[in-house]
Amino acid sequence: MKFSKGVIDGLPIGIGYLAVSFSFGIAGSKTLSWPLVTLISMTNLTSAGQFAGLQIMQAAGTLIEMIIAMFFINLRYSLMAISLSQKVTPSFGTLQRLLLSIGITDEIYAVAIGSKEKVNPLYFLGLTVLPYLGWSTGTLCGAIAGEILPAILTNALGVALYGMFIAIVVPPMKAHKPTSIAVAIAVALSCAFYYVPVLQNVSAGFAIIICAVVASLLCAKFFPIKKNAEANS
Amino acid sequence: MNLHDFALYLFAMAGVTYLLRTIPFILLKKQLKSEFWNSFLAYIPYTVLAAMTVPAIFHATNNRISGIAAFIAAVAASLLGRGLVVVACAATAAVLFVDGVIL
Repeated sequence: MKFSKGVIDGLPIGIGYLAVSFSFGIAGSKTLSWPLVTLISMTNLTSAGQFAGLQIMQAAGTLIEMIIAMFFINLRYSLMAISLSQKVTPSFGTLQRLLLSIGITDEIYAVAIGSKEKVNPLYFLGLTVLPYLGWSTGTLCGAIAGEILPAILTNALGVALYGMFIAIVVPPMKAHKPTSIAVAIAVALSCAFYYVPVLQNVSAGFAIIICAVVASLLCAKFFPIKKNAEANS
Repeated sequence: MNLHDFALYLFAMAGVTYLLRTIPFILLKKQLKSEFWNSFLAYIPYTVLAAMTVPAIFHATNNRISGIAAFIAAVAASLLGRGLVVVACAATAAVLFVDGVIL
């Protein structure tokens, strides 16, 4: 499989990333200057993780909190990396893996794992190029827009990222009832951390970790997902 | 936030994320067999996003009413099967409408 085929396959992902990262840029511009917000996107390439990281920075959380939050939120990439390692050609050596592993995102993984042939390094590089550029330039544009647009607009655009999160979460809730239960538990806990006075002392980062881990553990225990019916992740 | 603190945060974020992707990619050659942990990891993205969104979206704008309007608009658009960008626009438009037109 060629580099050029990877680039073509990556195009729709890159376009999709533009919009999400634009919203991330807007959100980030409230706390950080545009070069710093862009730097986060260029080094992380992950939506939920970056947004949680931003919330921890805003709340001036500890580094331990940041590390634990990133660990749980991005742990799914480890699973994808394990699965992808079964699907690559022998030419995908250790050096190539060290350099290209940043491309393991939900969407790039999904395309790579869905391809009929084994994945070679050049194809995977091609697949990563446009999503990476889309993610970085989208953030850059959003962060600059956040600094120059009037407050009423950035205020309104600030909810765009939440809107996208809702658009990601609602379809699997409709299709798979246990996912609805998991989401309901996470939301109930999250509201408790926000509104119950004693729990408000728990920092934002740890609150997210606890909500997500508890809800996911409970549902994994009571509603395990069969391998072939696995929720799209 | 000063640049030094930012650099530490960035290093922690990017470092953990990179290692999570890279270590298993290099070392492990087997699929994860445990149904429990596979299920746990399948639920994680949705529970994380849900916990980050609610109730934060209610307080993301200048007043609670426009935040709630954004939430309702986004859920309604998602239930109608709209994609990411349309749902995000619905939420944004709801805030503009409430903040700009009603209030």
